[in-house]
Amino acid sequence: MQGSDTKKLNLPLDKPEAESLRAGDRVLLTGEIYAARDAAHQRMYGIISECEAAGEDPRSGLPFPLEGAAVYYMGPSPAPPGKVIGSAGPTTSGRMDKYTPGLLDMGLKVMIGKGKRNTSVNDAIVRNGCVYLAAVGGAGALLSKCIKRSEVIAYDDLGAEAVRRLYVEDFPAIVVTDSTGKCLYA
Amino acid sequence: MRDLDVSEITKNVKEMCIEANIFMEEDMKEAIYKAYDTESSEVGRSVLAQLKENMKIAENERIPVCQDTGMAVVFLDVGQDVHFTGGDITEAVNEGIRQGYTEGYLRKSIVSDPFQRENSGDNTPAVIHFNIVPGDRVIITLAPKGFGSENTSRIFMLKPSDGIEGVKKAVIDTVTEAGPNACPPFVVGVGIGGDFEKCAIMAKKALTRHAGIKGSLGSLEKELLDRINESGIGPAGLGGSVTALAVKIETFPTHIAGLPVAVCMCCHANRHKQRSL
Repeated sequence: MQGSDTKKLNLPLDKPEAESLRAGDRVLLTGEIYAARDAAHQRMYGIISECEAAGEDPRSGLPFPLEGAAVYYMGPSPAPPGKVIGSAGPTTSGRMDKYTPGLLDMGLKVMIGKGKRNTSVNDAIVRNGCVYLAAVGGAGALLSKCIKRSEVIAYDDLGAEAVRRLYVEDFPAIVVTDSTGKCLYA
Repeated sequence: MRDLDVSEITKNVKEMCIEANIFMEEDMKEAIYKAYDTESSEVGRSVLAQLKENMKIAENERIPVCQDTGMAVVFLDVGQDVHFTGGDITEAVNEGIRQGYTEGYLRKSIVSDPFQRENSGDNTPAVIHFNIVPGDRVIITLAPKGFGSENTSRIFMLKPSDGIEGVKKAVIDTVTEAGPNACPPFVVGVGIGGDFEKCAIMAKKALTRHAGIKGSLGSLEKELLDRINESGIGPAGLGGSVTALAVKIETFPTHIAGLPVAVCMCCHANRHKQRSL
């Protein structure tokens, strides 16, 4: 998705960098991102809810530090021998909407997926100066080439839905919702 | 009668799972290439350029075009003069799925129970539609279906008075609501008539119809395709002139009181393979 205006970004993004992005900007990401989708989000949400009910800080129970982190809604196909990862494109972000505002309030900075988000997520993006990016759905083989390292760091029992720490280089994405709340989708 | 050992079914289903997920059908490839040539928006063209590149990488590196290698949908048209030997035909299909998804490094995306949600570990079971037909051949059509698009499919139990305009509205509304979530440019399968489940199965089966085979409602297919492409949703939902690659309609007689319409949304990969044994 490269164009003449493509911006190269190194992760993690700080607040001014995240807030400087605008809906429609095309970016190439380099750095660490965490892959997590439905079942992992459900577990993280459960931990946060339990800790809040008990008056405890949930951070130590979560599989990765949320502060400044980038999450990629993705469950890869298995890595064939000799490859870092299998096909690795984005899944539909809207299924994570229920769990997302809380994560953004706790410091999550960047989300990468595809498709529409609800009003609660958009509000939390603005409230926290975050950014929501889309990668091209169905381009899993192409996107896998940008993933240079992959390791399962939590919830191994979930298989494709385990939490993975990825290192990406020049991973192509487009800003869908920026920190002012502007959304690229009609 | 012609004897056919079910191990032949297993072997072919296994190979078809791997092929369908790595090598897109020629008609779908051509549709993506044509879309790239005709797309009017720059961002849309850049998305389609990625999809072209994606198909090449998948083939060259033998990895799936999409990480969601789907729930395996199998249409089995069984000639009435075929006698299956050597075991249970349903289990033979599922064994093919098991072997294909394991040996082909395809993602296992099936949970054994909709509430417990524990992964079955081998992508079984498949959804199998048996159909008894004349002759002594078995035609296997295998279509792995991802749920980014499947989740946006809809059924409408319209009234006869809603007529063809109601059908068009159902299709356009479904596509509009699906938007960027279902990985446009889409292929849209539509089943009209029959009853609740018949129209849904027709809509799914329509997706597997080769681009070269025209449906009986070609003019309606074209009108809907044009209207969908006027929506401006575009590739990846980022805006553009190519929102769908094809609309495929199947019809069946229905009841005097009803006009069922199913709209099965499919992404740009629209994976399917067919073999005749």
